[in-house]
Amino acid sequence: MENQALGQVTSERLPVHFPDPIQVANCYQCGKCTAGCPVAMHMDVAPNQVVRLAQLGEWEKALRSRAIWECVGCQTCSTRCPKEVDCAGVMDALREASLARGMAAPGRYFVVAFQKIFLENIHRNGRLNELELIGHFKVDVLLHTGRIPFLFKDAGLAPQLGKRKKLHLIPGRARDRGVVERIFERCSGERKA
Amino acid sequence: MSRIGVFTCWCGENIARTVDVDEVAKRVAELPGVRCSLNYKYMCSDPGQAIVREKIATEKLDGVVVASCSPHMHLKTFRKAAQAAGLNPYLVEMANIREQCSWVHHDRVQATAKAFEIIRLSVEKARNDAALQPIRVPVTRRALVIGGGVAGIQAALDIADAGHEVVMVEREPSIGGKMAGLSETFPTLDCSQCILTPRMVEVGQHPRIKLYSYSEVEKVEGFVGNFRITIRQKARYVDVSKCTGCGECWIICPLKRNPSEFDYGMGMRPAIYIPFPQAVPARPVIDKSQCAKLIRNGCGLCEKKCKAEAINFKDEDRLVEEAVGAVVVATGYKLYSIAKSQPKATLAGYGEYGYGKYKDVIDSLQFERLVSASGPTGGVLKRPSDGAIPKSVVFISCVGSRDNAKGLPYCSKICCMYTAKHTMLYKHKVHDGQAHVFYMDIRAGGKGYDEFVRRAIEQDGAQYYRGRVSKITQEGGKLVVRGADTLAGMPVTIEADLVVLAAAMRPADGIEELAQKLNIGCDEFGFLLESHPKLRPVETNTAGIFIAGACHSPKDIPEAVAQASAAASKVQVMLAADELTREPEIAAINEQTCAACFTCIRTCPYHAIDRAELRTPRGAFIKNTARVNPGLCMGCGTCVSVCPSKSADLQGFTDQQVYAMVESLA
Amino acid sequence: MNIGYYPGCALHGSSNDCEQSLRACLSALDVQLGEIKDWICCGATAAHSLNHKLSLALPARNLAVAERDGFKQLFAPCPLCSMQLLKAKKAVADERVRKELSEIVEADVRGESEVLNLIQLFEKIGVDRLKPAVKAPLESITAACYYGCLLTRPPDVVHFDDFEQPSSMESIVAALGAKTVEWNYKTECCGAGMTMCNEDIVLELAHKILSNAAEHGANCLVVACPMCHVNLDMKQAAVERRFGKKLGMVVYYLSDLVGLALGLSAEQLGINRHFVTQA
Repeated sequence: MENQALGQVTSERLPVHFPDPIQVANCYQCGKCTAGCPVAMHMDVAPNQVVRLAQLGEWEKALRSRAIWECVGCQTCSTRCPKEVDCAGVMDALREASLARGMAAPGRYFVVAFQKIFLENIHRNGRLNELELIGHFKVDVLLHTGRIPFLFKDAGLAPQLGKRKKLHLIPGRARDRGVVERIFERCSGERKA
Repeated sequence: MSRIGVFTCWCGENIARTVDVDEVAKRVAELPGVRCSLNYKYMCSDPGQAIVREKIATEKLDGVVVASCSPHMHLKTFRKAAQAAGLNPYLVEMANIREQCSWVHHDRVQATAKAFEIIRLSVEKARNDAALQPIRVPVTRRALVIGGGVAGIQAALDIADAGHEVVMVEREPSIGGKMAGLSETFPTLDCSQCILTPRMVEVGQHPRIKLYSYSEVEKVEGFVGNFRITIRQKARYVDVSKCTGCGECWIICPLKRNPSEFDYGMGMRPAIYIPFPQAVPARPVIDKSQCAKLIRNGCGLCEKKCKAEAINFKDEDRLVEEAVGAVVVATGYKLYSIAKSQPKATLAGYGEYGYGKYKDVIDSLQFERLVSASGPTGGVLKRPSDGAIPKSVVFISCVGSRDNAKGLPYCSKICCMYTAKHTMLYKHKVHDGQAHVFYMDIRAGGKGYDEFVRRAIEQDGAQYYRGRVSKITQEGGKLVVRGADTLAGMPVTIEADLVVLAAAMRPADGIEELAQKLNIGCDEFGFLLESHPKLRPVETNTAGIFIAGACHSPKDIPEAVAQASAAASKVQVMLAADELTREPEIAAINEQTCAACFTCIRTCPYHAIDRAELRTPRGAFIKNTARVNPGLCMGCGTCVSVCPSKSADLQGFTDQQVYAMVESLA
Repeated sequence: MNIGYYPGCALHGSSNDCEQSLRACLSALDVQLGEIKDWICCGATAAHSLNHKLSLALPARNLAVAERDGFKQLFAPCPLCSMQLLKAKKAVADERVRKELSEIVEADVRGESEVLNLIQLFEKIGVDRLKPAVKAPLESITAACYYGCLLTRPPDVVHFDDFEQPSSMESIVAALGAKTVEWNYKTECCGAGMTMCNEDIVLELAHKILSNAAEHGANCLVVACPMCHVNLDMKQAAVERRFGKKLGMVVYYLSDLVGLALGLSAEQLGINRHFVTQA
């Protein structure tokens, strides 16, 4: 059933990418992405294996992997790939598909939640409201994990930031939030297709 | 021609299954100019050929059309048969009703109709055929070999041993090429110099080999059998005929710290030097960019020391001309540069491996020198930075090869093997050392090759990791190599004392210019093009020019040697007689009507057309004209299509014949 | 020079020390910045992770707005912002994509303006102009120039410097009279936007970077990225706690060093608002 939901996904096409799909078939599995990745050690599936799963059309495994949420997006893999496969782009595409299908790895909840809340924040404000972001993120994690100490983690930083005039209680918002709303709308519509 | 015989072949069932051969033969008999029309089960068989011969004689045929297979298959067969019966062989035409008809159709009625049309065209062509005579070209029975590496040496010795004179041109001061600098060779680990230097000496002493070392091909003129080669002998500043090779000059030369080309910068040499002790010729050369006498009229110690008075600071480049009948190109390869600046913008280089930044990151040929008994360290493996013996060495395959982004997409073919060899040589020299190899695939096809790689892993303990390296840095005197093990699915970090990059093989510098001079083709990477990848692997598209060794594609020594012998045997066939016979189906220019616009000269891909003057028998100038050189023309017909005055035509395939064929269809 | 300025959220948020430093430094050099009106967030890591089209549309909107305001050059001090702008610029080179994005963002995206990062801004001003302006050569400084990931990557998008062995920042720092060191983590990632949600990784990476700079003899780090600054400066205390060692590595923005050399005070440049200050 899951495969049906994935629609026209084949080993050559990643589920989501704009404007063109990434040609994962070009990858010859040399592993240079894994070799240079600053966080590969923390991944359940190494970057070259993530691309391999995409080659095989093993979307279930790829989309549920923790690795795609460990990726920090530093572009080292894409930069050094001898076959010019945009490995970082593959990670992006898999994250997008993983979230859209509700398959994001529970073990990487913090990352997933943060990115979601970040996007909601700019959706609402046009520009990032840091305090609101932190607040929402902490509450969300608290509600989800029940870890009360997390609420106060880094709380010590707040006065430090305040002292350094780095906290803005009334941050600037984009003036034309209507256009932001419409951009989000137009970019989300097609994604569901 | 009005007495044409048409012979339709069944080709067993191949044609007869789809084409009604009786019907075809019957209809063909009605065509104008056809004297007789027969069909037979196997026209190419002896009885089939006998029918053709008999009919030529009894029916007094003046033209023959064989309707059967492709002319590539049997045109020669039937031309011979016709000749045996006394008919000019160029009056034989073939109508291909197999590949172009019976094999590609199912409908018998339509196929039969098409077969008839194909034959009708050939009959029209035959009606307009002219008797031609094969072209005879005189042959200079000498050969030129360009490049004195192992391939060039092999080709030169084969040709010379067969009794022909050979001119060898080598760019470097000594012959020997890359192989002379190698330590030991896979898969037998025999010493490279021990097997090569006797061959080098043979070249140097062979009565039929004329060696131009430190020389380059300047100009190539002429055509197959008749090439005129201009050779630039670069100023050596040493009179080779006087010099005894005693060595006093390079011993006394005070400028001893010049990076040795032969050692790829791993060792030093004086300003006057021989590249290595076994050099052929064993005569020194002065590096004019380093010599104090040549730069600022200082020093001059070597001149004073030389008892043979062989030093000549006034030496200049000299041009000499040699006549040869055939050419073997064996210019070899170079390695992909691991320096920061790259020769081509498309080659981006490996900044992540430290470019030329870390002294202990070297390429494979440099490693060869470091483990060679004749090398700068006397065969003791010392790393370049501090002379320490490396206890951990990382070898990286496919540096530049199979890398679309920074290098070249092709596989360099020999790196898997020599890297396995390197790990063994290393282990044999440093018993407590550990060799690590990063590879993508192990390509070890060849006699004893895979066994060799397994030996490196199983007996000599090389640790192989299937993955590429992403980054090399230096920390606390160690090179930190960050690679991947894709089999284990994890990154791997190794601290190394020395890193050896198996850099891609690329054609030697200047290959494109040389190819232009010789009028032969290069592929997109600069490797020379063979005429046919399977059936004409050592020929080029220019008659009389052959290729051997790594100038054609990455190759190991056995392959380069085999190809050199193959090229040599082709040369021997060509030089076996005083004359060459060529097919007469080439262009001819009507010199009376030629407008002397010379468009044909500019478009001819074989440079086979020259300017000429038409004169009266007494020598008075009439007009300019273009004239085809029958030795060079390959009969492609380009000149025919571009000639505005319709003065060019292709013998055996004239415009008149083509028009007649087209009109017969109307 | 009238250069369009896209501050991005960070410089108007917790990295306002970076903006202070920039503004002080640039006004001393008589360079005007014209902040583009109505700029919006580029979407940062969240957008390119979760909605690829959005990650092109948001910066495309900013490009269009900057072009509408008549700026031929657009300065984006945050490398992630500038990389996203350049990605959008690259994407709209394809007319089909350009049309689609223009419709989405309700403005004509031409993608013609030149996008500058912090280092490029100083390169535009020119070492020739900087050198004579130096009043207080930074003789006591031995800097490790840190480029991080996105200043030079991906090279086919950003087309900036040698992406494996960059040296543009060193040239500027050297012009200020400071020394620089050769070290290994110039282009390694510090964990970027994972500061809050994947702290373990950030601490580990920051630790490697800070230690390597110290091992190669640097007495400070120079960055050209607000996120790098957060991870290396604000998080340095956490790194020290996690790995149980004292680092005390001052982290400057490139503009801080330029400003100091021009004779501005640490207060004017906002350096006193950093977490790690001179011991």
